Amino acid sequence: RRRAVCPRKMAAALLARRGGTLRELCGSVRSLAAGPETHFGFQTVTEAERRKKIYQVFESVAKKYDVMNDSMTLGIHRIWKDIFVHKMNPSPGTLLLDVAGGTGDIAFRFLNYVRSVRERQVQRKLRQQQNLSWQEISETYQEDKLKSLGDSQVVVCDINREMLKVGKQKAQHLGYLEGVSWVLGDAEELPFDDAKFDVYTIAFGIRNVTRIDLALQEAYRVLKPGGRFLCLEFSHINNPLLSRLYDLYSFQVIPVLGEVIAGDWKSYQYLVESIRRFPPQEELKAMIEDAGFFKVGYQNLNAGIVAIHSGFKL
Amino acid sequence: GRACLSRTELRARDGRSGEEEMSYQLYPGHIPTNPLQKALLAAGSAVMALYDPYRHDMVAVLGETTGCLALPSLRDKMKHHPEGYRILQERPRIRLSTLDMARLRGLPPGSLGREYVQFLEDNKVSPDTRMPPKFVDDEELAYVIQRYREVHDLMHTLLGMPTNMLGEVVVKWFEAVQTGLPMCVLGAAFGPLHLSTRKLQVLATQLVPWAIRSGRNASCILNIYYEQRWEQPVESLREEIGILPPP
Repeated sequence: RRRAVCPRKMAAALLARRGGTLRELCGSVRSLAAGPETHFGFQTVTEAERRKKIYQVFESVAKKYDVMNDSMTLGIHRIWKDIFVHKMNPSPGTLLLDVAGGTGDIAFRFLNYVRSVRERQVQRKLRQQQNLSWQEISETYQEDKLKSLGDSQVVVCDINREMLKVGKQKAQHLGYLEGVSWVLGDAEELPFDDAKFDVYTIAFGIRNVTRIDLALQEAYRVLKPGGRFLCLEFSHINNPLLSRLYDLYSFQVIPVLGEVIAGDWKSYQYLVESIRRFPPQEELKAMIEDAGFFKVGYQNLNAGIVAIHSGFKL
Repeated sequence: GRACLSRTELRARDGRSGEEEMSYQLYPGHIPTNPLQKALLAAGSAVMALYDPYRHDMVAVLGETTGCLALPSLRDKMKHHPEGYRILQERPRIRLSTLDMARLRGLPPGSLGREYVQFLEDNKVSPDTRMPPKFVDDEELAYVIQRYREVHDLMHTLLGMPTNMLGEVVVKWFEAVQTGLPMCVLGAAFGPLHLSTRKLQVLATQLVPWAIRSGRNASCILNIYYEQRWEQPVESLREEIGILPPP
């Protein structure tokens, strides 16, 4: 289900609007001829243009991505991501595909989570064996240390080279050397075989995909039967007062922060506009169901500023 | 003056299609902003420029968001002067692509062109690094601030000041008196914070008084068509403008 602009409706709207000129009408007819139309923030562009513009946005923001996230959300995005991984509740041995995972926030949290679950498993095992000799205990620790992740693996897939570069540098800097691999790929056409992964996640990425339906179909394809789809994304606030405050903050403060911190107003203007263009909770739920997932549900965080959608491949 | 964006038009861009927004772009690179956004930008850019003096883009943004009184007055000064008026009409740009560097280098020493090229090479700067305006909501005023930025290096040349912190502060004092731009005033006042006490002394006792006196004495520096005066000796141009001899 594409969010294409209906040509007839658009033409009628243009004519009806105060000052709708013939020039504007010709402009849109011309652009209709150029290819399927979609949106880039509040602009109307072709799909090809949209992909290019979005690539450029993330190329431009990559180095300041984390700083900007902290500034815009006052650090709250970290809590959202923590809740997300807790909801995933991965057990050691899970193979995770994190799409649009760029700078690695979800991947690193996943590794931390499985590592701590594994540690607890090891501790529990040792506590049950009270009469071991010192040598036997140290041997158990040795062998389990080699498998501190318990064979868990995360593949971080992103379409943008710059974002992946930042992610890899972060991994080196923070010491995440095992259990993670970095792959350049397109969410609409993943470079992986069918039924390979236990969990598929996409955090703050699906909004930037041009054909969401294709990305969801790909997610379904690469998941094993029994696999889980999880999506963390900005969504819609129902509460009218909160919504107005959120709009005020988004449109007045965020582009200013973008200019002051990253020297880039336009990318952050795109960000706040794209949030408003993205389908609300129920519509996204329907799209996920269309792709074949079952038991699809969502959980609002912070009154709907973000939502976690979840579905299963049976 | 030119038609300005009304508040209703600016408010309309929140939540409407991009087609309307594009029609408010008055010049390439223009980002329309409402008064609240300008205030936030001014505050943010001031803090950031103080925190990281290498963020020249923040100094530029500060100039644009606070120049709403000074820029029109500068533009009017240009309009009422024959040479300034011509500059406004012809809109010359100082860029490496428009300058004939070889020819300027070949001019006799002491001429404006030769000294300017020497200055660029000595300090390893280029006129192409000036930020284009983004937040000025009038196309002509955007040119005025662009001209001011491009003429800045010529100010260095005429005042004989290098591009180190001390030199920049002196030029800022001169520009503050000349243009009245709040960004220059703030830069002149806070720039010295990064200087050593010895330099501060020289600044306070000799350089700043001279800069202020020159600034007051000189005619508007935006009213000189520099591109047509490359052969003119720097001394004679200084006298003509009214810049006092440097200490």
